[in-house]
Amino acid sequence: MHALIAFLKDIPIDLLIIQTVNGIVTGMILALVASGLTLIFGIMDVVNFAHGELFMLGAYVGVIVMVATGNFWLALIVSFLVIALLGAFIQIVTLRPLIGRDPLNTILVTFGISLILQNFALWYFGPVARRMQAPFTGHFILFYLDYPWYRLLIAALSAAIIGGFWLFLKFSKYGVWIRATTQDRVMAQAMGIPVPLVFTGVFALGAGMAAMSGVLFAPLVGVDHAMGLDWVLKAFIVVVVGGMGSLGGSVVAAIFISLLESYASIWVNPSQAVIVSFVVLILTLLFKPTGLFATPK
Amino acid sequence: MKNLNRHTVVYWAAFCAVMAVLTVAPLVLPEFWRRFLTEVLIWGLLAMSSDLLIGYTGMISFGHSAFFGLGMYGAAAALIMFSPPNLWLAIGFGLVGAAGAALFVAYFSTRLRDIYFAITTLIFSQIFYVIIFTWTKVTGGENGLIFTRPHFSIPFLFDVRFTSTTLHWFVLAVVTGSYLILRRVTQSPFGMVLQSIRENEARTRAIGFPVQRYKIAAVMLSGIFAGLAGVLYGVQNEFAAPDFVYFITSGDTVIFNVMGGIGTLVGPIVGAGFFQLLRELMSRIFGDQFPYLIPLGFIFIAMIIFLPQGLLGFARRWLNR
Amino acid sequence: MSEAPTSTQPLISVEGLHTYYGKSHILDGVTLHVGPGEVVGLLGRNGVGKSTTLKSIMGLVHASAGKVLLEGENIAGVPSHKLAHRGIAYVPEDRRIFRLLTVMENLRVGLDRDGVSDARKDELLDKVFTFFPRLGERRHQAGGTLSGGEQQMLAISRAMMLEPKIILLDEPTEGLMPSMVTQIRQIIDALHKEGVAILLVEQNVPLTLAASQRVYIMEKGIVRHHCAAAELDVNHAVIKQYLGV
Repeated sequence: MHALIAFLKDIPIDLLIIQTVNGIVTGMILALVASGLTLIFGIMDVVNFAHGELFMLGAYVGVIVMVATGNFWLALIVSFLVIALLGAFIQIVTLRPLIGRDPLNTILVTFGISLILQNFALWYFGPVARRMQAPFTGHFILFYLDYPWYRLLIAALSAAIIGGFWLFLKFSKYGVWIRATTQDRVMAQAMGIPVPLVFTGVFALGAGMAAMSGVLFAPLVGVDHAMGLDWVLKAFIVVVVGGMGSLGGSVVAAIFISLLESYASIWVNPSQAVIVSFVVLILTLLFKPTGLFATPK
Repeated sequence: MKNLNRHTVVYWAAFCAVMAVLTVAPLVLPEFWRRFLTEVLIWGLLAMSSDLLIGYTGMISFGHSAFFGLGMYGAAAALIMFSPPNLWLAIGFGLVGAAGAALFVAYFSTRLRDIYFAITTLIFSQIFYVIIFTWTKVTGGENGLIFTRPHFSIPFLFDVRFTSTTLHWFVLAVVTGSYLILRRVTQSPFGMVLQSIRENEARTRAIGFPVQRYKIAAVMLSGIFAGLAGVLYGVQNEFAAPDFVYFITSGDTVIFNVMGGIGTLVGPIVGAGFFQLLRELMSRIFGDQFPYLIPLGFIFIAMIIFLPQGLLGFARRWLNR
Repeated sequence: MSEAPTSTQPLISVEGLHTYYGKSHILDGVTLHVGPGEVVGLLGRNGVGKSTTLKSIMGLVHASAGKVLLEGENIAGVPSHKLAHRGIAYVPEDRRIFRLLTVMENLRVGLDRDGVSDARKDELLDKVFTFFPRLGERRHQAGGTLSGGEQQMLAISRAMMLEPKIILLDEPTEGLMPSMVTQIRQIIDALHKEGVAILLVEQNVPLTLAASQRVYIMEKGIVRHHCAAAELDVNHAVIKQYLGV
């Protein structure tokens, strides 16, 4: 016990705080990606393998708009709209025909879509990563680092988007439709809710949210065709740990896992830090397979 | 002695015909297509192993890349550590590695059903990928491992180098043997229970079968044959790389299964062939840089929606009798 | 209340309906009709296909043969959500209210339709809360926290929000105390007075005979008997034959 305390005391407090901030920033983006995923699963039992590619394409659209107009907010909005439309199209063409069939078919189909989108991006945009400049520069001094304000903005924006979405779900008429359909799609139909349209709308919404996460994340790293893969995997872990279909659970799980990974990065290099999320997943499956942070939603 | 009914006769006649074609093929095909055919057989073995889970037990697994990869790396370990490189040790190591991975994955993921099972197997295959990719000292990390192909040797009897043709025959023998074994398994009481699990898991459990144990056994059996495919791949190509452990390989496997027809055992082999053939054709017509996965992806999706039983699906009952 | 079967066009007409569940033949040629504003009872033992008949009318179960007509128009294949807007409301057995939505949200689902003015919406809400003051008291409570009887009230109110021409009521009194059963009877009467037709599936024979104008009796997926409700009573031979233990 003493050794542990001594070990923890040895970690410089400033490093801890920096990693905490980093963890929260990535956690919020991950939360935004995961909420789209869990929403789609919760309402129509579709595991959207292509979610990472929607994230990636959203980032590309953002880059294009940013280069053309220099306006970050425009990039966010256009990306949301374009990818939401793409999502609606995908759902109508490939997922609607599968309604009523074994849900495992949807995993296969979305996997196929993810292959197509990924290779399309590779072919159309090329293998070289693109960079997006941050919407504004400027840092503050966080201990010994020049910490860009932009990172805090991302976290705040993600939180705002998730918050706005939650308000939409709770108070608007369509939010009630979505929640009713999620709970009992048969009775929702019997009550006059156009369930097939709600499915398309939710898929589009989830896609749009993934796209926005992509735009928010783009200035932090280079944008390339493979960036979706890592995110979709992590998002899946978050969704399982948070409880599939639980919006609140995903948000908490996303931040939790990101923080743990951030702290782990103090000792090991980042590509190994992902093991942390795997361990959390295994523990969740062993002890609480329905999700560590599940809240009914 | 079983009745020689019409089905048995036709089935074995067809089997012999196909075997004859595959045996003669390397003698008449140019080198490129010879290797192509051998690789199709290896991918086919991988897909067939996965069919045991998808087609017969009703469990879609994305974890086969891990079993395949561990078979490959296991073989690599044996071929690097022991001199002269020994084929049988390679197979042994590979199978043990794959079985170990399968047990580990099975233990955790079989607790979950359906979609959760699929996602969990995927995540586990990624765990193995990350470990292999980052543990550079042991696995060579990103660059993988290179080794030499072992001879085909039976102690005290003979020792012969593989030529491209004899390697093909060896692979053919292994794949055919695996097919026959798996066919026997699916027709055995064990196999019947697996199919009952696919039809209605709750009822199977209610009757009294320890469903989870059967599932674990199924995953392990499937993993072992997947590992065998990995060994064969390593032996043929003389390298092991982490790319094969990435979950995309699992995805490809599932594609072969769906295209060829699940629940048929041979369907996935045909699916693998179909996929590779299309890919080769496209790159010849449109050039190397052509993103062949885009049209293939469309075909795949179209098949799921319109032809879910796959190319050989129409023959499913016939093949299983 | 006995009336001769109406000669105007029936509101709902089911003709020769066949449905399957896997290989089981559930409905084996069901034929019945409900006139506008009529209360029609559907009796029969458990498992004869009464609920399936209601579900087929609502489009929740696919029919392999036969017709379902709404005011003369074939509604086979019309999605359920459109039927809800065309005047058919469904109250399933076991209620199936949205447990995680509040009472108000449950009602809003049916209330928020096109072409309904805010004033009308308030009117409908008032009507429901006058009928069921307990629902009014609990309007911001989650549906899952209501008692069984209250959930049944909510399920029926939810249907009323659609201002339907006909309500398909599946075993509304199941599991309810006698005082609630009386309340159900009162609601059925009140709805009938307003001209809402009801197709009532019930195990409670006295209630059904008292509330309905006509009854059908089903056995093994087909209608075996059809007459005015007044012609039967609990001890009638027909009742004993098809519903006796």
